[in-house]
Amino acid sequence: MKRNRRAKRSMKLKINGVEHELDIDMRTSLLDACRDHLGLTGSKKGCDHGQCGACTMLVNGRRINSCLTLAVMHEGDEITTIEGIGEPGNLHPMQEAFLHHDGFQCGYCTPGQIVSAVGMLGEVADGWPSHASADVKAGAALSGDEIRERMSGNLCRCSAYPNIVDAIETASAKMKENA
Amino acid sequence: MRPFDYARAGNVAEAGQMAGRFIAGGTNLLDLMKLEVETPDKLVDITRLPLRGIEETDDGGLRIGALVSNADLAADPRIRRDYEVLSRALLAGASGQLRNKATTGGNLLQRTRCSYFYEPSQPCNKREPGSGCGAIGGFNRIHAVLGTSDKCIATHPSDMAVAMRALDAVVETQKVDGSTRAIALGEFYRLPGDTPEIENVLEQGELITAVRLPKPFAGQHRYRKVRDRASYAFALVSVAAVVRMDGGKIAEARLAFGGLAHMPWRDETVEKALIGQEPAMANFDKAADILLAEAKGQGENDFKIPLARRTLKAVLADATKGA
Ligand SMILES: Cc1cc2nc3c(=O)[nH]c(=O)nc-3n(C[C@H](O)[C@H](O)[C@H](O)COP(=O)(O)OP(=O)(O)OC[C@H]3O[C@@H](n4cnc5c(N)ncnc54)[C@H](O)[C@@H]3O)c2cc1C
Ligand code: SF4
Ligand code: FES
Ligand code: FES
Repeated sequence: MKRNRRAKRSMKLKINGVEHELDIDMRTSLLDACRDHLGLTGSKKGCDHGQCGACTMLVNGRRINSCLTLAVMHEGDEITTIEGIGEPGNLHPMQEAFLHHDGFQCGYCTPGQIVSAVGMLGEVADGWPSHASADVKAGAALSGDEIRERMSGNLCRCSAYPNIVDAIETASAKMKENA
Repeated sequence: MRPFDYARAGNVAEAGQMAGRFIAGGTNLLDLMKLEVETPDKLVDITRLPLRGIEETDDGGLRIGALVSNADLAADPRIRRDYEVLSRALLAGASGQLRNKATTGGNLLQRTRCSYFYEPSQPCNKREPGSGCGAIGGFNRIHAVLGTSDKCIATHPSDMAVAMRALDAVVETQKVDGSTRAIALGEFYRLPGDTPEIENVLEQGELITAVRLPKPFAGQHRYRKVRDRASYAFALVSVAAVVRMDGGKIAEARLAFGGLAHMPWRDETVEKALIGQEPAMANFDKAADILLAEAKGQGENDFKIPLARRTLKAVLADATKGA
């Protein structure tokens, strides 16, 4: 085997507004960098293949699957994990709404659902259409069908879907009020 | 995952000379690297190249930078207004998270979802030439019915590429020596033949810089995707259509199909047969006869042949109604 690749690399990551310097294996995903090296274990690993959404983070405000990207590719980006969305004592309206509506059972998918929902509302605010939109040329109002389609990248093994949709509707209204 | 070297391309000219595998969104390449289906020695990160713009071309079309995300492309007001079929196809693909990461160039080059290709312990001519095809005579429910060979029956999984095929898109590239070329999407992909590991006409180190769309085509734009669940699933069969009516008859029909072949499938004889015809089911059936004349099921995927017929007819009925 001619493979003699330099395994580690130092990198700077800005997560939830804090700069971190890491010296880690080049192969480390953004998800593993946060969970295994920075103690940010809120983001979960469901599949590690982009198929469940449990690992959802925001990068420069947009939601992505952190399992399917390398940490080293995100130097210079603004990364937000569930810990950066809100914490006990200072919850985000989306987190409060999930509590209020019981938008979970086991809770494993929940951090990903919440981060994804926050990212999703940003997309709606920017006027992005979805597969559920009757007219792609016009923007779409946030209906139950729109929420279900736009959140389809987040699976819930406990099938808490009805309460998740309710929570997102409540949070969306609350966030508009606050804005 | 195997270890690899990592470097960032600073400009378009040097990217190809860095002698590594390009990584853009990484949503397909990293997925496959984790399974050691892909084992590049070196990754060249192209995400910092200035290829994120969508600009108007002199001939009234659009040039889409290779790094424009699937989400940004679907949401672009010009795409939504003038190339609705493309916006629809993108929105039918993957999930919100994936579309934010997936790029235009990477989407075109994403690899098949054949489960034997994904499993290194299984035979697969595409992954390991000469090892055989596990899907022929095996689990082949998602596989191709058109343009297959006795070496490979895989499909190309992209939705975006199907719409781009209907729109006569052109792929712009830069080779390692710095020269550039423009490749019609219809000439970009290859059928599996005896070399299913070669999927397109790109050379080693050739970078996709943009995809060009010609001037918009008038007519009704449709993208219909049939899949196992309502969202976040690959197509079993999909149809991209742009249909223009004139005086109650079909004046122009552009039709491309996903889920049927190793590439987005387009058969202009199907389109010609529709021109000048009234929008009647019998005429749609004739078009489907032409499309599917050579179709061959592999057992589990036999259903795709009648499904493609019904999907085509439904799309044509919908796109011509009220005309
Ligand atoms: C769970 C899941 C569901 C999905 N569902 C769908 C679906 O329903 N429909 C659909 O269409 N897709 C679907 N996808 C696939 C997704 O669209 C692709 O993974 C994505 O488009 C690939 O783009 P990327 O930028 O991430 O590519 P990468 O993974 O970065 O690259 C893919 C390939 O392209 C090469 N490459 C990238 N950019 C260039 C360039 N500019 N020039 C030359 N070579 C380049 C890379 O070397 C690599 O070989 C799904 C993916 C997942 C994980
Ligand atoms: S269909 Fe193609 S990709 Fe699938 S096992 Fe056969 S050779 Fe491999
Ligand atoms: S862990 Fe990232 S999508 Fe499942
Ligand atoms: S609450 Fe258990 S997976 Fe969603």
